[in-house]
Amino acid sequence: MPEAKLSLCGVKKSFGKQAILRGIDLDVAEGEMICLIGASGSGKSTLLRCINQLEPVDDGNVWLDELDISAPGLDLGPIRRRIGIVFQSFNLFPHMTAMDNVLLAPRRVLNEEVQGLRLRAEEEFARFGLAQHKDKYPDQLSGGQQQRVAVIRALVMRPEIMLFDEITSALDPELVGEVLDVLRELRAEGMTMLLATHEMGFAREVADRVCFIDGGMIVEQGPPEELFNKPKVARTQEFLRTVLRN
Amino acid sequence: MVVAGVSTAIVVLSIVLLVPLAPGWEGVKTSFFNGEVFAKTLPKLLKAFLWDVAIFAWSVPLIFALGLAIALARAVRSPALFPLRIFGAAYVDIFRGVPVVLVIYLVGFGVPGLGLPRPWNSPYIWGTVALVLTYSAYIAEVLRGGIESIHASQRAAAICLGLSERDTMRYVILPQAIRRVIPANMNMLVALQKDVALLSFIGPVEILRQAGIFKSLLANFTPYVAAALIFLCVTVPATRYADYLMNRDRNARS
Repeated sequence: MPEAKLSLCGVKKSFGKQAILRGIDLDVAEGEMICLIGASGSGKSTLLRCINQLEPVDDGNVWLDELDISAPGLDLGPIRRRIGIVFQSFNLFPHMTAMDNVLLAPRRVLNEEVQGLRLRAEEEFARFGLAQHKDKYPDQLSGGQQQRVAVIRALVMRPEIMLFDEITSALDPELVGEVLDVLRELRAEGMTMLLATHEMGFAREVADRVCFIDGGMIVEQGPPEELFNKPKVARTQEFLRTVLRN
Repeated sequence: MVVAGVSTAIVVLSIVLLVPLAPGWEGVKTSFFNGEVFAKTLPKLLKAFLWDVAIFAWSVPLIFALGLAIALARAVRSPALFPLRIFGAAYVDIFRGVPVVLVIYLVGFGVPGLGLPRPWNSPYIWGTVALVLTYSAYIAEVLRGGIESIHASQRAAAICLGLSERDTMRYVILPQAIRRVIPANMNMLVALQKDVALLSFIGPVEILRQAGIFKSLLANFTPYVAAALIFLCVTVPATRYADYLMNRDRNARS
């Protein structure tokens, strides 16, 4: 049984005849930050969705500590609580205020006093510079603010791992920075994180390890300096040449 | 603006001037537009209309409760509950597929025919049941459409927070879906208010029945015209309001 916090062994996933993941092996240590890079459609998002079992895997296993969470028939609610995810399109609940968005799941799911939860949520709002926005509805917030609320919504569940699925891709360029700052903050706290991203500069700055995914496989992985400066595989070199030129 | 005004005036004028020239106009006027009969029957018709309003008022909560239950039955995802989905689909097919009048006849005459004791043989009860059966099928379809119109990413976000399917439906999907289908439901309510009059066929002395009684009594059709006017006083504002809601929705989304 693997030692890592999270461990993927030979994970495969197809949609119809289209193979998206063709056997992914990946160990994530406690407190590690891993960036997944690769072209759109390479399987980064699907990989993240297979980790928290939003998509059931076709083959292979996903281990969280000593538990095979990809085994059929598990009650996934308690497992998903341990893995937070933030999506590209925010997916806030539009009929609730930011605060209610954040409090809904812990109120229904965690065995905690409402008063304490609210305090904790307010601390998070303050920490990410949203204290004055907590009673606004999502459509009254900018994209960057909405995305930070989405991060808080995941954090109040006290997840052990956080997954980020291209969370800056839908933002106007001037709003990207404020969301990346949130990630830096979490990084400093030692949160275990997997991040699918197109922000190469950011990946280089904060990642412990960068994985280049292409055609549903991890083609190459390593520390950012190594992967960005001296990629060994031809496909990685080609990909980096294309993105870094732009 | 001017053109519209002039052309409308011409049309109205020609109707006012030409219709009385028809050979049967005098007869129609006395039997359909008799002011005296109108004034005499209006108070009692209004009183009878209160029955229509009452039947409407107690039917609506039942219709929404049953309609919601059917819509939820059709939305369950668990394979073990598949029979529930089949039941929901069959229910909707049957009660949307049969004319309201037929359901009212079958339930309203059929069930009391079992020889139930008073008050369980009341046509008010079984008429209400017939309306609830039919309209809950329509409302269920409207709600189901609303539920399916909520983007899958909303469900994904809720599920990923560890919420159960049930909580996801209750706190995330349904509140949005119900808001979205309010205008469509308003239109259903207008239709229901009119269809309450169909219960006159199985006994209740509501407005249509009362108008029929006056017609026989006075040998004059004016009470029907009066009844129509009473309905219009309620349904026109309600329809306009539904249109307003629908337009507001469309503008908000674009």
